[in-house]
Amino acid sequence: MASTCAQLCLRCRIPLCSKAVTRSLQNCTQAQHYNTVSKVPTKIRGGLFVRGSHITLQARRGWKQQMCYYDVTAKYLTTEAQENKFTNELSRRDVASLMATGDAVPLTENQTSLDLDAAGEFSALEEISDEEAVSIFVSSDIPPVSISLRDYVDKSETLSKLVQLGVSLWKLEKRANVGSMLLRLDFNTDVAPRLMFLKGIGVEDSRLGYIISHNPFILTETLENLQTRVNYLKSKKFSSETVASMVSRAPYLLNFSVKRLDNRLGFYQDQLSLSAANTRNVVARLPRLLCGSLEPVKENLKMCEIEFGFKKNEVQHIVKAVPKVLTANKRKLIQIFDFLHNTMKVPHYLITKFPQVLNSKYLRIKERHMFLEYLGKAQYDPALPNYISLDRLVSLPDEIFCTEVALATVEDFCLFQKTL
Amino acid sequence: MATPAIRMFRRLEGLFCVYKPPGVHWKLVRDTVQTNLLKGLNDTPSQPLPHEVRFLVQSSSDGEAAKAVTVSAASVPVLSKHPLVTGPEFQDIRVGVGHRLDVFSSGVLVLAVGNGNKKLNDLHSTQVTREYMLEGEFGTATRDFSHTGPVVERSTYDHITQDKLERVLAMLEGVNQKAMLTYSKVDLRSQEAYEMAVHGLLAPEGKSPPIITGLRCIRFQPPNFTLEVQCLNETQKYLCKLVHEIGLELRSTAVCNAVRRTRDGFFTLQDALTRHHWTAADIMQAVQQYHSAKRERKHSQSLISAPLQTSEGNMAAAQEKERSKK
Repeated sequence: MASTCAQLCLRCRIPLCSKAVTRSLQNCTQAQHYNTVSKVPTKIRGGLFVRGSHITLQARRGWKQQMCYYDVTAKYLTTEAQENKFTNELSRRDVASLMATGDAVPLTENQTSLDLDAAGEFSALEEISDEEAVSIFVSSDIPPVSISLRDYVDKSETLSKLVQLGVSLWKLEKRANVGSMLLRLDFNTDVAPRLMFLKGIGVEDSRLGYIISHNPFILTETLENLQTRVNYLKSKKFSSETVASMVSRAPYLLNFSVKRLDNRLGFYQDQLSLSAANTRNVVARLPRLLCGSLEPVKENLKMCEIEFGFKKNEVQHIVKAVPKVLTANKRKLIQIFDFLHNTMKVPHYLITKFPQVLNSKYLRIKERHMFLEYLGKAQYDPALPNYISLDRLVSLPDEIFCTEVALATVEDFCLFQKTL
Repeated sequence: MATPAIRMFRRLEGLFCVYKPPGVHWKLVRDTVQTNLLKGLNDTPSQPLPHEVRFLVQSSSDGEAAKAVTVSAASVPVLSKHPLVTGPEFQDIRVGVGHRLDVFSSGVLVLAVGNGNKKLNDLHSTQVTREYMLEGEFGTATRDFSHTGPVVERSTYDHITQDKLERVLAMLEGVNQKAMLTYSKVDLRSQEAYEMAVHGLLAPEGKSPPIITGLRCIRFQPPNFTLEVQCLNETQKYLCKLVHEIGLELRSTAVCNAVRRTRDGFFTLQDALTRHHWTAADIMQAVQQYHSAKRERKHSQSLISAPLQTSEGNMAAAQEKERSKK
């Protein structure tokens, strides 16, 4: 009887301890032995009962593996409340006895691994004084693997300082390898010098968070490299304030080699045949140009000349006024130009005069033009009366456009939009 | 405990409608609304960081007592709950779209947020009619029945009068009425069918081809004309084709210049939000308005049914009186 009881106990314990630490086979057999001994006084009742609940458990095991043993009994055997109490007691005793055996057995896997860890500094048997005990640095429980930086933020100095700087870690952790790269950095030796360098070239404190959120790799770049690139930009007669604003607006700027930067600057000067001062002006206003690929820029330039039919100097003028045309989406540019030139009948020289229209939204231009046309006010020729400049058409906010240009109310404009 | 963002999201759940501009895909409309809503939700003030007590080690700087380490308890904010670490509270919300509109057409587009998506299914299953304005033009025929497509044929349209057009429309309406009877799957000779037809409750059962329930011409200036169409189970392509067929029926050709939906179920053009009003605040207002309108509708329905019962009750009471007199 005792042996069957023990077997049953063992069977029931497997789902019971599924969440607990897995133990070696040897440990289990020892525990089993221990249990049988401990349960001799209550063996008949306990044994009977365990069998009954074991059947229910078997029936339900298919769909609830994780469920604890006494949860099952509590749920399905509510009628026999008194006996239920016994089982609960029993199962608790099971757990307790298991724990006891786990601790009592001297050579479990857990303990051996603990010994290996501690072997470097202290022997487990050595007595230490209180002062020493306080000075032992207990390594905080950093998880070895995690899918999120969230688990490390409170433990790692670098990460907590970065959060205080305003770096959005939730964006960075989505990028491949960035999370582990950040964790490997040491704040005092890696991060602080680069932040001081950025501050040294004149980047404002509030922009540091933005720069690192977009380009965490600036923290792995060597200081000499950063310095040579800044020196290069300064040698090209960019003023120090310009360099600071360029770095804070295009975070990747300092990660590119001097050769590459030089190549880019040369390209813009050649392609647009601009003077050095104008190139500097264009690049300073849109430093992104130095970071991105040159192929789309070339395409946009060719499109302006061949497809749109602008002359070389007109393209030059447009780019000088609105550098963003170079990196704009080709499809959107075509859509806007098509509407301006073919529907609104605006000649090239007027578009060159107000290049800002190429930078605005297509729907905005379309809706406003249709509204003006409906009111009979769509007149874009400067030689005729009631002339409406493209600039006023596009750049004014809705309220001012309605009251000043269209001489109507915002509600009218809203109603008109619903008839399109 | 609900954060301000969650409370705001609960107020946003429901149905509302927007005005889709022509030339924009409905997916773009949905995504724009979704990003605007997320922006509005995540702009709400975040909860203050929880604090936890931690033992901080402070090593004293003195040379002689370098080994003396003091441990002090301090309450520090838990940075792992910082919004910069966890990311914004709402990263994705479900925005569902009702009956679709294709790129070419414009008009009322019903959108649903959160648990409003369930109601969207109900709306789909209750076969509500939708109303369209079709701008047509006589004289040309194109391959895809819209004015942008490649032209296939040109024809004259001088012989078309409004009278002839209306005769064709009446014929089409009659054909569709007949189709409605066949697809509603009720026995034509039964009392039930009569009752349903009287109350206008006839609707196609399950899937059916597009059915037009109302069709009339509201503007006729050859070559341009405008039709007002009420229909069920339609697509915008079908409506363009309808214009094309009307043209053929009139011994001419016609193309569709614009398809504009002015009503989808009980969502009308007045409720629709234009492009500039696709912000969280405006959408919340529209959703609240929808909820209150629904409540009113229920209330009015109960009011309508209540007097009927009372009148019946009165009649019963009167009859009893008469009996007692006898």
